Amino acid sequence: MQAALAFSDLTLGYGGQDPAVLRVQTQVSQGSLTAIVGPNGAGKSTLLKAVVGTLSPLSGRVDFGSVKPHEISYLPQQSEVDRTFPITVVDLVSMGLWRSIGPFGGLRRRDRARVEDAIGAVGLTGFERRAIGSLSGGQMQRALFARLLLQDAKLVLLDEPFTAIDARTTADLLNLVKRWHGEGRTVIAVLHDIDAVRSHFPETILMARELVAHGPTERVLTAENQFRARQMCEACAGPPHTCGRSAA
Amino acid sequence: MIWDAVVAPFADFGFMRRALFGCIAISVGATPVGVFLMLRRMSLTGDAMAHAILPGAAVGYLVSGLSLGAMTIGGLVAGMAVALLSGLVTRVTALREDASLAAFYLISLALGVLIVSTRGSNVDLMHVLFGTVLALDDAALTLLCSITSLSVLILALLYRLLVLECADPQFLRSVSKLSALTHFTFLALVVMNLVAGFHALGTLMAVGIMILPAAAARFWSANVGGLMLGAVAVAMLSSLIGLLLSFHYSLPSGPAIILVAGIVYALSLIVGPEGGLIPRAKPRDPLQIT
Repeated sequence: MQAALAFSDLTLGYGGQDPAVLRVQTQVSQGSLTAIVGPNGAGKSTLLKAVVGTLSPLSGRVDFGSVKPHEISYLPQQSEVDRTFPITVVDLVSMGLWRSIGPFGGLRRRDRARVEDAIGAVGLTGFERRAIGSLSGGQMQRALFARLLLQDAKLVLLDEPFTAIDARTTADLLNLVKRWHGEGRTVIAVLHDIDAVRSHFPETILMARELVAHGPTERVLTAENQFRARQMCEACAGPPHTCGRSAA
Repeated sequence: MIWDAVVAPFADFGFMRRALFGCIAISVGATPVGVFLMLRRMSLTGDAMAHAILPGAAVGYLVSGLSLGAMTIGGLVAGMAVALLSGLVTRVTALREDASLAAFYLISLALGVLIVSTRGSNVDLMHVLFGTVLALDDAALTLLCSITSLSVLILALLYRLLVLECADPQFLRSVSKLSALTHFTFLALVVMNLVAGFHALGTLMAVGIMILPAAAARFWSANVGGLMLGAVAVAMLSSLIGLLLSFHYSLPSGPAIILVAGIVYALSLIVGPEGGLIPRAKPRDPLQIT
């Protein structure tokens, strides 16, 4: 199957510290639904940053197969959205249309309808005119997913999208993720909830700074592999906090 | 009565008409920029940059006296330099941004006062520090209007980028390469408007007409457009009332204008419907809290 993404001998780090990701070599096939799991400090988020391009590799490279850089959407772990900024849910979600309207284009009627649909799809109908500052954590995450919907990307990257989110919202948003998968998009998500990974994600990448295993989830998430990952991360050079910090 | 108090000063005296005209120009240009400064939590940056203009303008003064051109260019150069430098110092050293800004602002103020004093009189120093809104000539008014027009135009072009850069910088960086350009164009807008404000209100007061109306408008509106309109209205009203007070009671006009804006801010803080003290103290409709 064609690769959407290929890591070749990829090493990543933040200036002056031990590398957070070491010599990762694998590829993610197009249209796959992949979870990235691993202990704290395993370099999971770092790996995503390299794909988005906010972090340049120390060595090695990330290659995009069928996907072009502007066809990637990314939901970071701690979104930098300024919740006090006076904009509404509609404004926030409309940002997802950036690729078609850019900095100067206007919203046509068709665009407005798409924004409405996206807000409906995440279950926020009725909240359109609410200021983003008045949303709960779960509602905010729904709004951000609506924006992702509009971005219409071929490769969707999610960094711990369900952390600190209520169960109902998680279930709804997981359905969206599955819908993306069904539409043939490639989805990669960093996740902590191993049960959710087992029941919803066919592919898994297990990280512990190095790549521990990558393949079908049931074959990757064996007790043996998980134990090995924990050991590798605890053993990673220097005192334990070095490892945690380098993946922050 | 009202005629004598409000209209007559402007009808009878050309310098009052010019002062009002200049202040309205500054209100239209500087306050929308001030709204974004506030929304980006950069009010103090604006303050530091206003002071940074002083040594630049002072060098211009040293070279060619109270010349509009020389002081404008000096102010622009110094303002841009500090805008870039303070960002750099924060990035490459351990000093927090607020401390590096305070350092810049103190150094600039001392340096500026020193430079003006070496050659000029105290009158000149007052002129540079507090402006000469009652002595705006044609050239100065033309400059103020040009800067305002340019500023409004650039802000209109930059609007969406600027909103994104404030609300979700990470997202903007992920979809566009214009993030850095937006940031620096915005800083240039701030400097430009501060230089304009400097000619009328002086370096110490110029940032007041930028920040105070924006801060007051925050208590009246919950959307960016409303904030800008409200801030411009507050600035214009403060200019009018301030000029009249300075006329009738022989007060220095720059500080009078800023003080009126300050009073409007204090009143907004108390009664403003968007998070003002009194509306906040009232029990809210429980259905609203969901």
